[in-house]
Amino acid sequence: MQHVGADARVRVNLCVNGESHAVWVEPRTLLCDALRDACGLTGTHVGCEHGVCGACTVLLDGVAVRSCLLFAVQASGAEVWTVEGLADLPQGPALQQAFHEHHALQCGFCTPGVLMSAAELLARNPEVPEEEVVDVLSGHLCRCTGYTSIVQAVQSAAATVRESRGGDTVEPRNSV
Amino acid sequence: MKPSSFDYYRPDNLEEALAALAEHGSDGKVLAGGQSLVPMLNMRLSAPACLIDINGLTELNYLRWSEGWLHIGALTRQRVLELDPHVRQRFPLLAEALPWIGHVQTRNRGTVGGSVVHADPTAELPLCLQALAGVAVLTSAQGQREVPLDSFFLTYMTTDLGPDELLTEVKVPIPATHQGWAFVEFSQRRGDFALVDVACLLQTDHHGRMTDVRLLVGGVDGVPLPLAEAEQLLTGECWGASLQAELQQLVAASVEPEADVHGSAEYKRHLAGVMACRAVQQAYRRAQDRRGVACNT
Amino acid sequence: MGYLGQPLARLEDARLTSGQGRFIDDLRPLPNLHHAAILRSPYAHARIRSIRCDQALALPGVRAVVTGADAARWLKPFPVGVKVAAPYYPIAVDKVRYAGEPVAVVVADSRYTAEDALASIVVEYEPLPVVVDPELALSPEAPRLHEGLDSNLVHQRTFSYGDAARAFTEADVVIRHRFTFPKVHATPLETYGVIAHYQSSEDTYTVWSNFHGPFTLHSVMAAALQVPGNRLRVLVPQDVGGSYGNKSGVYPYMVLMAVVSRLAKVPVKWVEDRQEHLLASSTGTDRVTWIEAGFRRDGTLTGLRMRYIDNVGAYLRAPEPACLYRMHAALTGPYRVRDVEVEALAVVTNKCPTGLIRGYGGPQHCFPLERVMQMAAQELGLDAAEVVRRNLIRACEFPYTTPSGGVYDSGDYEQALARALERIDYAGWRQRQAEARAAGRYLGIGLACVVEPSGSNMGYIALAQTPAERERGLPKSGCAEAASVTVDPTGSVCVRFSTVPTGQGHETVAAQVVADALGIAPAAVRVITGMDSWTQPWTVASGSYSSRFAPIGANAVYRAAHQVREKLLQMAAHALGVPADALELRGGYAQVREQPDRRVSLQRLAGMAHWHPAGLPAGMEPGVSATAFFNLPTAQAPAADDTVNGSVTYGFVADAVLVEVDPETGRVQVLDYVTVHDAGRLLNPLLAEGQIRGGLACGLGQALYEELVYDATGQLLTGSFMDYLCPTSAELPPVQLDHIESPSPLTPLGAKGLGEGNVMSAPAALANAVADALEPLHVVIDKLPLTPAAVWQAIQAAKQRQPVEERVG
Ligand SMILES: Cc1cc2nc3c(=O)[nH]c(=O)nc-3n(C[C@H](O)[C@H](O)[C@H](O)COP(=O)(O)OP(=O)(O)OC[C@H]3O[C@@H](n4cnc5c(N)ncnc54)[C@H](O)[C@@H]3O)c2cc1C
Ligand code: FES
Ligand code: FES
Repeated sequence: MQHVGADARVRVNLCVNGESHAVWVEPRTLLCDALRDACGLTGTHVGCEHGVCGACTVLLDGVAVRSCLLFAVQASGAEVWTVEGLADLPQGPALQQAFHEHHALQCGFCTPGVLMSAAELLARNPEVPEEEVVDVLSGHLCRCTGYTSIVQAVQSAAATVRESRGGDTVEPRNSV
Repeated sequence: MKPSSFDYYRPDNLEEALAALAEHGSDGKVLAGGQSLVPMLNMRLSAPACLIDINGLTELNYLRWSEGWLHIGALTRQRVLELDPHVRQRFPLLAEALPWIGHVQTRNRGTVGGSVVHADPTAELPLCLQALAGVAVLTSAQGQREVPLDSFFLTYMTTDLGPDELLTEVKVPIPATHQGWAFVEFSQRRGDFALVDVACLLQTDHHGRMTDVRLLVGGVDGVPLPLAEAEQLLTGECWGASLQAELQQLVAASVEPEADVHGSAEYKRHLAGVMACRAVQQAYRRAQDRRGVACNT
Repeated sequence: MGYLGQPLARLEDARLTSGQGRFIDDLRPLPNLHHAAILRSPYAHARIRSIRCDQALALPGVRAVVTGADAARWLKPFPVGVKVAAPYYPIAVDKVRYAGEPVAVVVADSRYTAEDALASIVVEYEPLPVVVDPELALSPEAPRLHEGLDSNLVHQRTFSYGDAARAFTEADVVIRHRFTFPKVHATPLETYGVIAHYQSSEDTYTVWSNFHGPFTLHSVMAAALQVPGNRLRVLVPQDVGGSYGNKSGVYPYMVLMAVVSRLAKVPVKWVEDRQEHLLASSTGTDRVTWIEAGFRRDGTLTGLRMRYIDNVGAYLRAPEPACLYRMHAALTGPYRVRDVEVEALAVVTNKCPTGLIRGYGGPQHCFPLERVMQMAAQELGLDAAEVVRRNLIRACEFPYTTPSGGVYDSGDYEQALARALERIDYAGWRQRQAEARAAGRYLGIGLACVVEPSGSNMGYIALAQTPAERERGLPKSGCAEAASVTVDPTGSVCVRFSTVPTGQGHETVAAQVVADALGIAPAAVRVITGMDSWTQPWTVASGSYSSRFAPIGANAVYRAAHQVREKLLQMAAHALGVPADALELRGGYAQVREQPDRRVSLQRLAGMAHWHPAGLPAGMEPGVSATAFFNLPTAQAPAADDTVNGSVTYGFVADAVLVEVDPETGRVQVLDYVTVHDAGRLLNPLLAEGQIRGGLACGLGQALYEELVYDATGQLLTGSFMDYLCPTSAELPPVQLDHIESPSPLTPLGAKGLGEGNVMSAPAALANAVADALEPLHVVIDKLPLTPAAVWQAIQAAKQRQPVEERVG
């Protein structure tokens, strides 16, 4: 059984976007903080630290989760994917392009989290109906866009992914 | 908003977890999906001396079907339950309720066990699992006991779970296939905790009279509230306008909600009545449909 | 055809979709950066008896603890436009006046450690009685917040235009009603963040933050820090995670962290968390309005009287009480009425202080005004759309001067309204509404017509002073913005300006402007936003607020780009031996219009200006760079009769919305929403649509979901995103957009702002729709937000008033 004392620091191997980062953290260090401060990956944003806003959403073993509600120690051994690695996912470039074309971002603060949720969604089901897109996006607050353009962008990226299907997508797995 | 420090234990199996709980259970907390616990830690509303992270307990992540029961391992993610085709088929009440829990991103992580132990009085899973006559399986180093959810929830966010116990499973009897069901919820936005939610299960006989009625309402008490009088009122009756009016009044009269920022006590009382009627109507219609009876209510 | 007016996708996007944006929390500009956490008052009103910091200081990793008394040694209270003896410091000095007010700051090696130390600071408070309601705060028995004042009233002025008394005698009916507008929050997804560094050797404060102007506040902050402006260097990163006004106005933490850095002797970083943000950053102003409106039988509005009570929270902070005056020039909205009286009051209460917010002052103003138009229609038995239309300013009346001095530059309000009615199928729905009512369903149609001022005149804020007071001081006017365009020796172009965008896409539009002026591609233009008060060209009016980029900022860029264009043409004329007016700039060349192969590249021209000044026409300066300051002469100081043209351009919005109300639960469902804008010339339709949809989402939130709720003891009950409900994708109804274009005649580009109009219109339109839906039940809608509980309560209240025929719910 792993045990880390409250005041101790522990070395954690975080695998982020396919790269391994050996970082020293406290047990209480949130994954979002470890990504931003220890790994230097500031693309993942922090907007509420209580799980509602969605800005901090990353993929953990292919599944979209709040990185503000996970401790960095918990991600040891898992595969974390952040917006910095989005372009390397099969559905990533289509999403980036669609967000650009549909003006689905303004300040861009919510965007990394939104993109990661969308990435999971398209990996799971590029046939996704509009209601499901809206439902998945309801896990994100955006105060700039009014959402319509985001919904459109995700649908348009889904169409692109459908067209180019045959390439491999990230399999959603449930992590334990 | 950063949590206070804590000792971190990550047991690799149930035995280790139970040993850790026996030793630290009273000043520690179990960490499952973290979707309720970690916000409280971040806000420093809770500052346990240690956390026992059970996410390594793969043996608690299962859906098992046996002899009339569905066994749900405590670590089963809410999302897994939601997407499971057999659950959808055999437990349409759960399938209807699960999408109301938070958002996909929180259900990806949040567990069934965590939701049951957290015991938020508006939470969908405690309400529905109790409606389905679920049983909590509690395990400690001393052994195992089973507590029907009817007596597991004690009061506001408090359960019968001992400090050295782990909820390892929730088991639910598989309902009759001709049962009607409904889960209705009133919340302000998608994904919010409910102001009021209602679970209803019932069957109808060949005269369209209701039998085996189960009606529970959440959000109006410290625990999911079974509405025994209302169940009685409905039993043996056919659904219709006058019964609806009677039910609405009875439900409103039998709850004592507390006001909060989203609604007065009076409003929630009224809402409980309205939502109960909507749930019963829906469940009734489905029961009739399942019996192949056209229903015009 | 040029790039302006095209729906060009943004230059900003690539970095933001790949995690390469640079926001305040991403910066670590200095070594030895320490982290701050703030101890905040649990009481809404209390005297601070003592603060003990020794235990906190003893914790490992803790560098310093700064209290209000420590900080005050280096500070003066923030100056405010109106003189009141209610000193405001960024941290409580001897008394706290709202829950969440800073009491002490811990500086430590990490944010985690700093938060740990907060619990070890021991503060002894003596709780005092609390008042949160602005009307109660005015009563003589109310607890008083500020010792230097003999009441909580911090501002009061009256205004009269025309002859309201006579106008009311001409009215056939007079509608009198009291409306309340809630306290709301802009909640940008990125909270406040500051990095501050005091350099003792130079006695200079350097402050990075996500503040975005107006830079009048630079002077205010420098005054609070007691340094000349050039010893307060303010920097803002390229990316700011939204604001909607929240991060403008007095930004107390910039000053607080500057002093904390001085006392802790290290650079300090502080990033606000969400709870702090909801509790204590800056909020909208809640207002009570008493309105009286006289109408003739045919629906003509004859006169208006309004009494506003603005609740500015615990302190009056600049630019408050300007919420009372943002709409002053447009007091009469889009209507022709000439006789108006206003009484404007501001009171302090034990709530979080207020400040700028998208639509500043607009929603508070439009809600009662638009409600009254509909109430009059109901009272007179007329159609609501007809009453509105009858009173609209006619297209032939522009430019139209309002009684209070606004000069509406252009518009066609009737056409916009007609378009909105047509798009929503107004006539058809009136029919269907009647059928639905017969079937026991409650459908409603709501309208709102609002004048959307943009490009604030700094002078309007001076209305808070009497003409005599204004007479004594330096007059204030103008709306100036600065921009510079530079061509480097390689011929590539950089643009700098100080509008400090927070997501609106200024980089893209500026690139469009420059590309058109210089005949190059937008992507070839490097646009430098953000701010550095030491190097960037700026004015007191700089910043992004009052939708001023389209009417002002873009024009500053235009002017600077055209100065550069002129110079390039002169040089090319000299080089090619043709008159400059025979030339055009196109595709990176200056070429003879009639003979495109006679040309010289920009690269060569730029090279000449930098490498070979001797080859320039006689008398021409080397280099290719221009800085332009753009201002509009219509932005005048208020006149002695208290008229003022508060903004430089005025757009228009006509909204029509269709709702269904479930009377059993009080839930309002928006079935369709049409919004028609007239924002003059659209510089980039794609971005315009984004602004409109974003503004509408905020307006919808304020109408249906959002409110900062306080209990009677001054505790905030909606202190997290679980309780302060911002709409999500699932709450957004279908929205149809439409435009008409009446270009502003005042500016070269003809554009007006459009990002704020729907924040003003949506609450009014939805309130009208809900009132219309529930008309058969005689429900009164005079409060927001229209949450299910509130609507249900309003229905119950109506039933109690008249125990009527119809029973629902
Ligand atoms: C934005 C957001 C919205 C949400 N909306 C809803 C909603 O609408 N409805 C709803 O019901 N929930 C909602 N939740 C909460 C979510 O469903 C949680 O997942 C759930 O309440 C707790 O499950 P968890 O696995 O995350 O448990 P944790 O947060 O890890 O733990 C919760 C509590 O249970 C204890 N615990 C967990 N597992 C065990 C176990 N096996 N044995 C003993 N003790 C245990 C923990 O010690 C802790 O006290 C929301 C959460 C978020 C962040
Ligand atoms: S920061 Fe994690 S959900 Fe808001
Ligand atoms: S783009 Fe600014 S919050 Fe979404």
